Amino acid sequence: MPVTRGFFRRRPDGPESRLPPGQYDVGAGWPVLTAEATPHLERDAWSVRVDGLVDRPTTWTWDDVQQLPRSAYTGDIHCVTTWSKFDVTFGGVSVDTLLEAAGPTADAAFVVAHASTGYTTNLPLADVTGGRAWLVWEYAGKPLTREHGGPVRLLVPHLYFWKSAKWISRLELVAEDQPGFWERNGYHDRGDPWREQRYQGDA
Amino acid sequence: MSADGPDGPDDVGAIDAVTATTTAWTTGRIITHDLPAPHLVRLRMHVEDRQRHRPGQHYLIRLRAPDDYTAQRSYSLASDDDDPLVEFLVERLPGGEVSEFLADVAEVGDVLELRGPIGRWFSWDTRTPALCLVGGTGVVPAVAMTRTARRLGRPDLVRVVAVGRGPDDLPYADELDRAGATLAFTRQSVGERPAGPPTREEVAALLDGVEVAFVCGSSRFAAFAEGLLTEAGLSPDAIRVERFGVTG
Repeated sequence: MPVTRGFFRRRPDGPESRLPPGQYDVGAGWPVLTAEATPHLERDAWSVRVDGLVDRPTTWTWDDVQQLPRSAYTGDIHCVTTWSKFDVTFGGVSVDTLLEAAGPTADAAFVVAHASTGYTTNLPLADVTGGRAWLVWEYAGKPLTREHGGPVRLLVPHLYFWKSAKWISRLELVAEDQPGFWERNGYHDRGDPWREQRYQGDA
Repeated sequence: MSADGPDGPDDVGAIDAVTATTTAWTTGRIITHDLPAPHLVRLRMHVEDRQRHRPGQHYLIRLRAPDDYTAQRSYSLASDDDDPLVEFLVERLPGGEVSEFLADVAEVGDVLELRGPIGRWFSWDTRTPALCLVGGTGVVPAVAMTRTARRLGRPDLVRVVAVGRGPDDLPYADELDRAGATLAFTRQSVGERPAGPPTREEVAALLDGVEVAFVCGSSRFAAFAEGLLTEAGLSPDAIRVERFGVTG
C-alpha cells in the first residue's frame, strides 16, 4: 500500500506498545457508541438470566448480584472504531461465578449475550471464562452510567468493545455459534483487537 | 406484489447489491479538496475497485507513514451511489491525527488507503420512509440519503431535521434547505423560526408514515434527539443512532 505523502508517525514509541494495530489513545474521554436508543432501565427492574445449555437456568436480580463475590478489572479497552482507553477500572462479578452456579452442559461451546434492547453479540465460551469476562456496574468506583450500559453491562476487555454488551439481560449458552447484531451487520465474528479482526473476512 | 411495492418500478436504481462489508483495502485519489468552513474539509475522491453503497454507510480512511505506522478513522459518505466520486466531509478536531492531516496537509492528487463501504445498520434501504434527525457534521449521512432519494424520484421518503448553531455552522445547510429539510438553528433566528432546538411539534409533524429514524451527531445531541423522537411518539425500536465525540 502507498505511503501517504506528508504523513509521519506522530507519537514516539512508548504507550503505543499498548495499542493494538490501528488504534489510538482516546485519553480521558470515553466515547459513547450505541446503535439504538439508550433505554431507561432502573436497577430494581433489571435482572440477568443464564440459560440455554446449562443444568440450572438461573436468574439474578440487582440485589442478588450484590451478594456475589466481587471482582474487578483494571486494564485497557479497545473499540473497533479505533479508540482505545488505558487503565480503566470496572467493578462487578466474574462471569465465571455465574456460570459456576448455572452449570454449563458438556455441549455448551458458545454464548449469545442478550441486552434488554434486543441487541445480541456472540462469544466462544472460552472467551468469557477463566477470569476474562465480567458483569460490571461500577466504572472508576462510581455507578455505571446509563449511556455506558448501566445499570449492568457485560465486559470482555480482551475483545473489541462491541462484544461487551450494554444493558445485559441474558447469557444464553448454545452449542453452535450464532452471529449477533453487529456480526450480522458486517463485523467480525470474534473481534480480537491484537489480530485486528474488525470486519467479516479479516483473518 | 403491487407495482409500487418492493419489486415495483419505483425501485429502479435502488441499491440492493450492497455486500455486508468490503473487506479489501483499496486506494482513492483526491480529486477535489476544499474547506467549506475553517474547521471542515470536504474531500471528493476517485476510488479504485469501488463497490456500491447505501446512503448512511461509511469508509475507513487510512494514512501510512514511511515507517509503516498507520492511523485510520471512519467517515460517513455524503455522496449518492451514482456519483462518480465519493464525498466525505470531515471535521478538523484539535489534535486529531487524521482529521488535521486531511484538512491541512492532504492535497488534490494524493492517494490514500480506503476501505468500504461499511455498515448496514445505519444505512437507508432506499424504500422505507425515514426521518433523519441530525446535528452538526452528523448531517453527512442525511445528505447522502436526500441525494439518493432525489435521484430515485422519491424525495418524500427522506425527511430531514438538521440542527446547528447557525446557518454558517451547519454543513450543507443550503443544499438541505433546497431539499426541503427543516433547519433548526439553536443560536440564530432565521425567518420566522426563533433560535432554539427543534421542538416536539416540529418533529411530530414529520413522523406520519415514518418507519425508521436515523439520529447522527454528538453524544449530547444524540441523547437529546432520542428523547425528542420518543416524546413525539416514535418507538425506540425504530431509532438507529450514530454518535461521535467523547464523554466523561
